[in-house]
Amino acid sequence: MLGLKLYMAQRLSAMVMIPLTLGHIAVMIYAIQGGLSAAEILGRTKGSVLWFLYYGLFVLSVSLHASIGLRVIVHETLGLKGRALEIFMWLSGLLLLAMGLRALVAVTL
Amino acid sequence: MIRPHRSHPLWIAYLLHRLSGLGLALFLPVHFHVLAFALNQPERLDGFLRFADNPLVKLAEFGLVFLLAVHVFGGLRLLALEFLPWSPRQKTLAASAVAAAFLVAGTFFLQAV
Amino acid sequence: MQEMDVSVWRGDANGGGLEHFKVPARDSQTILDVVAWIQQHADPTLSYRYACRVGMCGSCAMMVNGVPRWTCRTHVKTVLKDNAITIAPLRNLPVIKDLAADMDPFFDKWVAAGGVHHPTRTRDEPIEILDPKTPERVETDTGIECINCSVCYAACDTVSNNVDFLGPAALQRAWTLYLDPKDADPNAILDAVSGKGGCHNCHSQGSCTLHCPNGLNPMKAIAGLKRATVSSFFKGGR
Repeated sequence: MLGLKLYMAQRLSAMVMIPLTLGHIAVMIYAIQGGLSAAEILGRTKGSVLWFLYYGLFVLSVSLHASIGLRVIVHETLGLKGRALEIFMWLSGLLLLAMGLRALVAVTL
Repeated sequence: MIRPHRSHPLWIAYLLHRLSGLGLALFLPVHFHVLAFALNQPERLDGFLRFADNPLVKLAEFGLVFLLAVHVFGGLRLLALEFLPWSPRQKTLAASAVAAAFLVAGTFFLQAV
Repeated sequence: MQEMDVSVWRGDANGGGLEHFKVPARDSQTILDVVAWIQQHADPTLSYRYACRVGMCGSCAMMVNGVPRWTCRTHVKTVLKDNAITIAPLRNLPVIKDLAADMDPFFDKWVAAGGVHHPTRTRDEPIEILDPKTPERVETDTGIECINCSVCYAACDTVSNNVDFLGPAALQRAWTLYLDPKDADPNAILDAVSGKGGCHNCHSQGSCTLHCPNGLNPMKAIAGLKRATVSSFFKGGR
């Protein structure tokens, strides 16, 4: 159900996301002080190449990581397999990627 | 009720990793959807952020940060288990991952309220 | 004489349920003694499997109060709860009858995991001398005392949720063969454990290691296989 290639994709995306997630949590803790506003968030992220690359990489990795993780869960708990399982994994990955990229564009461009 | 053959710390660590991962995967589309309001409906984003000032939502956010942190630290333990030389201290490491996640999520919560 | 309440699973591949027996308590009594007493004194049709009675042969494993155990070396006094014990056939395997599980899927997976020796020499050549102190050999020594009892296989939830998963025992066997300098084809082993039911499906729940009656650590062995397959992936092998 999970061969070497998917395993590698999941572990490598995990390694990429560890520093990204810790940074994300640090920014959240910093930014939430005194409440959040759209202007404050967008003032930090809009037009920034650095944030675009940071969250762009994040969205790519999480789409890979989460779709493979969901594949495992759906196979092990619901018994989905074969072509249906492949389609499920690809659809969930592409959905996360599309929604993530849309959010990325909205927040950083 | 956890069945007898499962009632040990590393199985609980597995369950925590699976449930946090599932929770995060379900939360992400919502997160992305709200952020995308910034594109053409900035007033809805602000409306959502005001809703997030509600103390109950802050508590839910604490839960989300905990899920994220426990998945990261638990994942770090699994990567170490798989790619570093074997360590017999897996139970201690798993407990440390949960403790670190509480610390991080607690810090977030204290800054948020 | 004091008696214990013993519930024994009776049935076959088509299903079954628990049957209750009163069994006299004795000193130094094992679970296998209890099962044997029932078969000899209460119901001669009870089916179960055992051979050596001393923890060597690996044939008497059963679920005792929901935990897989070698019954010949499990003392009643360590598992008795409220004067009761529940005994059932091993989990994750088909049942033949009563307490006798069908071990075929378990052994088939040993072969599927590459657990077949690939010789480096013929019988006409002298035996290869091994140094017992090399790191590979020291690691191998921690994994070779497996008695094929299938306790780890019954303990593993990945086995129950993923029918293709090769399981802890077969993968540990593959790991020790992979490390063996007398095996001519370690890459064949890496291929065998990289398929859809291979080592990469393990979630390191650790139930195998916790319940192994011989104190082996299949979780560590599977991590070793993951590491070996990943480094061969980076070397461009697969």
